[in-house]
Amino acid sequence: MSTTTSPLDPRTSPEGPPRMSTLTPTPTAPSRVQAGSLDPKMLLTSLPDAVRKLDPRVMVRSPVMFVVEVGAALSTALAVTDPSLFAWSVVVWLWITVIFANLAEAVAEGRGKAQAASLRRAKTETIARLLRDDGSEQDVPASEPRLGDHVVVEAGEVIPGDGDVIEGVASVDESAITGESAPVIRESGGDRSSVTGGTKVLSDRIVVVITAKPGESFIDRMIALVEGASRQKTPNEIALNILLASLTIVFLMATVTLQPFAIYSGAGQSLIVLVALLVCLIPTTIGALLSAIGIAGMDRLVQHNVLAMSGRAVEAAGDVNTLLLDKTGTITLGNRQAAEFIPVRGVAGEELADAAQLSSLADETPEGRSIVVLAKTAYGLRERQPGELKTASFVVFTAQTRMSGVDLEGGRQIRKGAATAVMKWVRDQGGHPSDEVGAIVDGISTGGGTPLVVAERTNGQPARCLGVINLKDVVKEGMRERFEEMRRMGIRTVMITGDNPLTAKAIADEAGVDDFLAEATPEEKMALIKAEQQGGRLVAMTGDGTNDAPALAQADVGVAMNTGTSAAKEAGNMVDLDSNPTKLIEIVKIGKQLLITRGSLTTFSIANDIAKYFAIIPAMFAGVYPGLDTLNIMRLATPESAILSAVIFNALIIIGLIPLALRGVQYTPSSAASMLRRNLAIYGVGGILSPFIGIKLIDLLVSQIPGIGR
Amino acid sequence: MSETASGLLQVGLLIAALAACYLPLGAYMARVYTSEHDNGVERVLYRLMGVDSKADQRWPVYARSLLAFSAVSVLGLYAMLRFQPHLPLSLGFPGVAPDQAFNTAASFVTNTNWQSYSGESTMGHLVQMSGLAVQNFASAAVGMAVAIALVRGFMRSRTDRVGNFWVDLVRGILRILLPMAVVGTIVLLALGAVQNLSAGTDATTLAGVHQTITGGPVASQEAIKELGTNGGGFYNANSAHPFENPNPLSNILEIFMLLLIPVALTRTFGLMVKDKRQGYAILAAMGALWATILVGISTLEAGHAGTALKLAGASMEGKETRFGVAASSLFATSTTGTSTGAVNSFHDSFSALGGGLTIFHMGLGEVSPGGVGSGLYGMLILAVVTVFVAGLMVGRTPEYLRKKITPREIKLVSLYILTMPVVVLAGTGLAMSLSGPKESILNPGPHGLSEVLYAFMSSANNNGSAFAGISVNTGFYNTALALAMLAGRFVPIVLALALAGSLARQQAVPGNAGTLPTHRPLFVGMLVGVVIIVAGLTFFPALALGPLAEGL
Repeated sequence: MSTTTSPLDPRTSPEGPPRMSTLTPTPTAPSRVQAGSLDPKMLLTSLPDAVRKLDPRVMVRSPVMFVVEVGAALSTALAVTDPSLFAWSVVVWLWITVIFANLAEAVAEGRGKAQAASLRRAKTETIARLLRDDGSEQDVPASEPRLGDHVVVEAGEVIPGDGDVIEGVASVDESAITGESAPVIRESGGDRSSVTGGTKVLSDRIVVVITAKPGESFIDRMIALVEGASRQKTPNEIALNILLASLTIVFLMATVTLQPFAIYSGAGQSLIVLVALLVCLIPTTIGALLSAIGIAGMDRLVQHNVLAMSGRAVEAAGDVNTLLLDKTGTITLGNRQAAEFIPVRGVAGEELADAAQLSSLADETPEGRSIVVLAKTAYGLRERQPGELKTASFVVFTAQTRMSGVDLEGGRQIRKGAATAVMKWVRDQGGHPSDEVGAIVDGISTGGGTPLVVAERTNGQPARCLGVINLKDVVKEGMRERFEEMRRMGIRTVMITGDNPLTAKAIADEAGVDDFLAEATPEEKMALIKAEQQGGRLVAMTGDGTNDAPALAQADVGVAMNTGTSAAKEAGNMVDLDSNPTKLIEIVKIGKQLLITRGSLTTFSIANDIAKYFAIIPAMFAGVYPGLDTLNIMRLATPESAILSAVIFNALIIIGLIPLALRGVQYTPSSAASMLRRNLAIYGVGGILSPFIGIKLIDLLVSQIPGIGR
Repeated sequence: MSETASGLLQVGLLIAALAACYLPLGAYMARVYTSEHDNGVERVLYRLMGVDSKADQRWPVYARSLLAFSAVSVLGLYAMLRFQPHLPLSLGFPGVAPDQAFNTAASFVTNTNWQSYSGESTMGHLVQMSGLAVQNFASAAVGMAVAIALVRGFMRSRTDRVGNFWVDLVRGILRILLPMAVVGTIVLLALGAVQNLSAGTDATTLAGVHQTITGGPVASQEAIKELGTNGGGFYNANSAHPFENPNPLSNILEIFMLLLIPVALTRTFGLMVKDKRQGYAILAAMGALWATILVGISTLEAGHAGTALKLAGASMEGKETRFGVAASSLFATSTTGTSTGAVNSFHDSFSALGGGLTIFHMGLGEVSPGGVGSGLYGMLILAVVTVFVAGLMVGRTPEYLRKKITPREIKLVSLYILTMPVVVLAGTGLAMSLSGPKESILNPGPHGLSEVLYAFMSSANNNGSAFAGISVNTGFYNTALALAMLAGRFVPIVLALALAGSLARQQAVPGNAGTLPTHRPLFVGMLVGVVIIVAGLTFFPALALGPLAEGL
């Protein structure tokens, strides 16, 4: 964050929608497809896409499924020349296997397309009002303005392209991209100047300088992203593909060389049976779902209103070691709040509260409001309405006096403000502030709070101090638990703040972060990131200001707030449309979930092979070596039904696991060891056992077919 | 004492002896490979070879040095075998035929020691001592050098240097293998193995048959044969021959020697990566595999199903009465798990399933505990695969020993685990498709398939033991098996060295609560599971038509 207490900070802005306080994901607009849900209808509507993907040039991108397709084509030729019910059944199910795999990808992409369609509606052709150098306007199509052009947008008009406001203030409806209906304020200068093409100005008039080339705007990138068009394989996905390809080669060798062994044994096999064996052995389950898992992972991010510019960043999020979080707005609520009234000896708490309340009535800052609120909650003091105090004249806070207050009827004066300023006022008014006040002030400072001294003077008597108000940064609810969670995940949290080290430490302790960087400048922040990376750690951070841009670019995961400047959005590799800095935590979870899903389904896929051997090998060879029938532990009916059942199971498991691939494996933050134990038990042991049951059940059905069963 | 009790006693004795040597030998080897100092002999050697012992090599240079050294070794040994009649101490044996000489040269340089000849009637003393025995030392030291280079890849960061091959080779021979072999030889001599340069003693047996009993430098050859997990016997009968392995005590000593270095290297590894628990974890995985196979083979061999065996009380066919079933099973397990290939019994005559287990044991990739050096690097590669799958399952880019497993590492590791199965299956498949090689099979039916499978499995895994029952001294087998040995040895070595280079270049990543611990029983269990499942899935069809078809 550029300046933690900037008046331009949207979170402190009174007009700004109070979006930052929610820790839960912002409810998405109804037009969005819900994450994880799989509408059975989608399987049907995606079918044409799945068939279209049978094109070998497309299939070759997934080596495992390409082998299946080649095998299916080969078997088809064989079934044509040497037809039998068994051969055709295997052929049909081999093709179904390929189509199911394509279906998984098509469904995942289809969900993105639905989102893209709703985004495209926002991009409908509009007219841009191009501002010429001489001040005149010209209406041109929205796609016309080039980099650096100035356009005018007024209430009710759609902003033609991404840019920065250079003149004026306006409220903008960004629901088209964020799904959030409350309008936001955009104004020239500062960190809230960026506007997005396709969003709508609700009030006022602004001049925008265009910062994106046509076709490369934020919304264009977003559409490309959710459609999966720009999806590149992530490092882990590439690595997994390599491993799967090499397993495929091993199984190909095992199957190809089986034929000479079989012929030697007097049990040469038909090619169809060998293809069936091969397809059952190669890791088709994960091979079929791999790309769907990746698309669904990006999709889940979009559901959380986060746009990742690369899949690599999402994966890096799962690996993050260090999380840099700004204090204000992320860990604490945006503003300090009155936490307690500490009266000096001889003054009742109520008296202090009353004076504090009176002095704050005209104070519309959040700090001032919080004093009035505390007076009411702590001492039941009713808030006086303006006008109730007729002749009161309020003293406004200025940077010079550093105090505010009120002069009441009857010569009563009340002042509150910075300790030194108020004490000086007391002395000037003939009073002698006791040492006690100084002690209280110091105590509050050490505790991380901000002391406000309250003093009064009645009817020409010497002024006296009444006590001190403790203004505290309030840590958001639930933060401690969140950081605890992060620690279990192995992530170190570092709080960044402009406060002095004393205050910073107090808040860091209260929030439960692991470390803090006090009196932080952008340079120090950058140095911290580099130091962490030197040690081999991956760093994630959020930011919105232009001076955050270098750090955002340097961090491995840089999440820019959508409210931030264009520079920040360019520098980061993700944009959070909700501008919620705690979103990083969700992003990390999604990144991890993506990897876990891939790993778990790989384990499941390979573990499945054991049962398939027990089905197919005895089916192939028990004829010549009756002893091998002991391996038929599932007691499958006939060799044909056994082989067919294994092939059918292999195809059905793909469709059965599509919902899991789209939703992602359940992830609860815990230590790596316990997570491994859990996933190994479910997907490893489950992967070994489930096909035994599945193949047996399918066999019970298939063996009823005459010509396949007995 | 019952067979079972004596078996358990022997296993207990073996484990106790290994445990006693584990810490000191492991630490000693770590010192050897990390020490900065060269001794006098080494300095002279380096000066002669023109090697700067202080200059570490990049992995391609390391690999080139290793390959060049091995190529020269193959050529030298080949020449020696071919020109045997012109060498001293040839005992009048003729030169070895080209295909057999190639096979033998490849075999000894690759630490395989597959023998398509009968030692006592083919090789003179000079060839045995300065040809074969020298390679017994050199090939073992090469394996250790590769393992150490890979370990350096894990322990170093941000460097392109993985060590100096010549230094690793010389130190492995001079400081580790040679002193241990001297001690081993003396002990074997004391136990009754022979050592002389006799040209043979004529004897007339009780039955009146005339016989020539060949003597030779047996004990010295025997020690390095086991210590270097070579396995090439002086005699055709290998460790079943009373001159090589006179009694049960020498038998247990030989098993101890072939397990010693591979086991202790896990300690060296733990010390070098500065995390001893990692060494224990690797050892635990190796031990679990070894114990599983041992229990399997012992049970199957002691099972003596069938009338004849029930009457005999044990399945003693092919086993020495001096050793019995338990000691034969223990030897068979250890020799197939260490890529040694020495045998004290005929695996061909084991029960069908027991023999099948010896094939399967080699099919695991020789990692239980594997050959000297090759066992360690083989297991580390499999650990990387396991870490990759397990790491994904815990939601992080997988890391092992603080190094990330990126696509580059996975590519190398995948090719590594691909090599051996492809060589074995392609070789066996080819042999079974051609009519000539099929005629070499002496037993019909599934047992014949087992014999061919065993031959290629043994060669590609650089084991060298033979199932026998097959005439392998043919042009096809001599050539095909030699190629299998060379591919099975040097392709994985180059890949392991490339992996070492790739890991050394990486920055080490700090561990935290999200990092998968690789020293816990859960990970060890998963590693064992991966090794068994990957090998099982690869070889199940072939095994089904061989040992399983015969035994079930």
